[in-house]
Amino acid sequence: MIEVLQFEFMRNALYAGLLASVACGIIGTLVVVNRIVFISGGIAHAAYGGVGIAFYFGLAPLVGIGGFSLVIAAIMAAVTVNSRHRSDTVIGALWAFGMALGVLLIDITPGYNVDLMSYLFGSILTVSKSDLLLMLILDLVILAAVILFYKDFLAISFDEEFATAMGVPAKVLHFALLAMIALVVVMIVRVVGLILVIALLSIPAYISEKYSESMRSMMILSIMFSCLFVMMGLWLAYSFNITSGATIIMVAAAFFFIHPLFARLADKKQ
Amino acid sequence: MHTWAVEIQDLWFSYNDHQVLQEVNLNIAEKAFLAILGPNGSGKTTLLKLMLGVLKPDRGWVRIFGQEPHKVVHKIGYVPQDTNINKSFPISVFDATLMGRLGHAKRARRYSAHDRAMAQKALETVGMWEQRKRHIGKLSGGQRQRVFIARALAGDPDILFMDEPTASVDREFQTELYEFLRKLNESVTILVVSHDLSVLSSYIKSVACVNQKLFYHDAAEITSEMLDMAYHCPVELVAHGLPHRVLRDHEDD
Repeated sequence: MIEVLQFEFMRNALYAGLLASVACGIIGTLVVVNRIVFISGGIAHAAYGGVGIAFYFGLAPLVGIGGFSLVIAAIMAAVTVNSRHRSDTVIGALWAFGMALGVLLIDITPGYNVDLMSYLFGSILTVSKSDLLLMLILDLVILAAVILFYKDFLAISFDEEFATAMGVPAKVLHFALLAMIALVVVMIVRVVGLILVIALLSIPAYISEKYSESMRSMMILSIMFSCLFVMMGLWLAYSFNITSGATIIMVAAAFFFIHPLFARLADKKQ
Repeated sequence: MHTWAVEIQDLWFSYNDHQVLQEVNLNIAEKAFLAILGPNGSGKTTLLKLMLGVLKPDRGWVRIFGQEPHKVVHKIGYVPQDTNINKSFPISVFDATLMGRLGHAKRARRYSAHDRAMAQKALETVGMWEQRKRHIGKLSGGQRQRVFIARALAGDPDILFMDEPTASVDREFQTELYEFLRKLNESVTILVVSHDLSVLSSYIKSVACVNQKLFYHDAAEITSEMLDMAYHCPVELVAHGLPHRVLRDHEDD
């Protein structure tokens, strides 16, 4: 592994993966305990519409993706705020709408065509210094928000109705959570792709939930799992010369499928 | 000036065009011990959520100690039904109990030492302090109910709202709970919502029956009109072996 890191692009890829892991571990935990994986998938995929908007109107991709995914997140928050479990049709529609919008806008943009695949699976080997800086800033923003409002996020996630009765602004926090999901998408869609976003949001947190005593420890464990998946994935991708984003997902998926065996062993020990 | 613990004026509420509550008027004095009864789907839990400010009425208003519910959250204790809790949620008994302090705690702050002390006291009261580190999903239904009661008590409430508090607890704890509530009632207003007439005990001071409309009776008994209105099959309910003091001959009214 060490000799791999003599290349700057590999170092940057590793840093990008680790920075993405921090955001995904924290927000992924909130996504999993609130059971809004489908909403997150919707925001991540609809963000592709932002890619189309950016290219059609000649904006910076990050502005297009960021603006559009925040708008989609706000619409989804408004739809789901009162009936979280009965809005899956609307989420599905927004999901497909965003992607279709992206494809069509890129079709009608004259000249150069972007590669859909690079946004779906990312291009982690082309991460630049400024990408890393942006990821670091967004990590710090998310970290600060979740530390500051930890007990309030914990309360709405565990028992929203009770939290509301106790004066916690559950609706505001629901909007804030979906906005943070949009930020995570912006931060890593170009780097690791929107399919990897949803994999890193859900799989590490889902595995960690089983071994965690508190939401805080679930967040930390998720970050660790996510870092592990990224490092193993990058190493395998380099060793076998295969696509890095997809390899990272394969590692995460492998852990996802075999972890029930470990859980059973851990249960037997007790 | 006299303030009511709860004041409800001409309250209407509907879910997706389905009228759940209409024309509800209710005044509850401080230190009342009221049972709100009604069959499943009668709107009694909805009424509770309206009093807590979790739901907003279509028409009319609710005041708790003379103010809107969201302004007196630090005076409110709430024990919800044990039905829709996520059992895999990673949280300890103690951390769940601390949430009872949310009405006092400031936003964007951690819980204080006082908050923790109050949570400890509440857990000791319900006999769950030894279990404080356990995962909430690993408790039995009765133990979890004790924790939810502790969570409500941790906020040191002036009014306590309980939704089916004895649904999942054993007989023994049920008796213990009502004995405890009777003592608590010396300083705290208590409202208990139930579909089960067995909550009517000698501790309860007044009864309201809900079935879209609300009928209030300032004594621990149900008139036959209230029963007829709230339940369509009074005979079946009476046959559950209730203490007969609960029912009064309709000639008396």
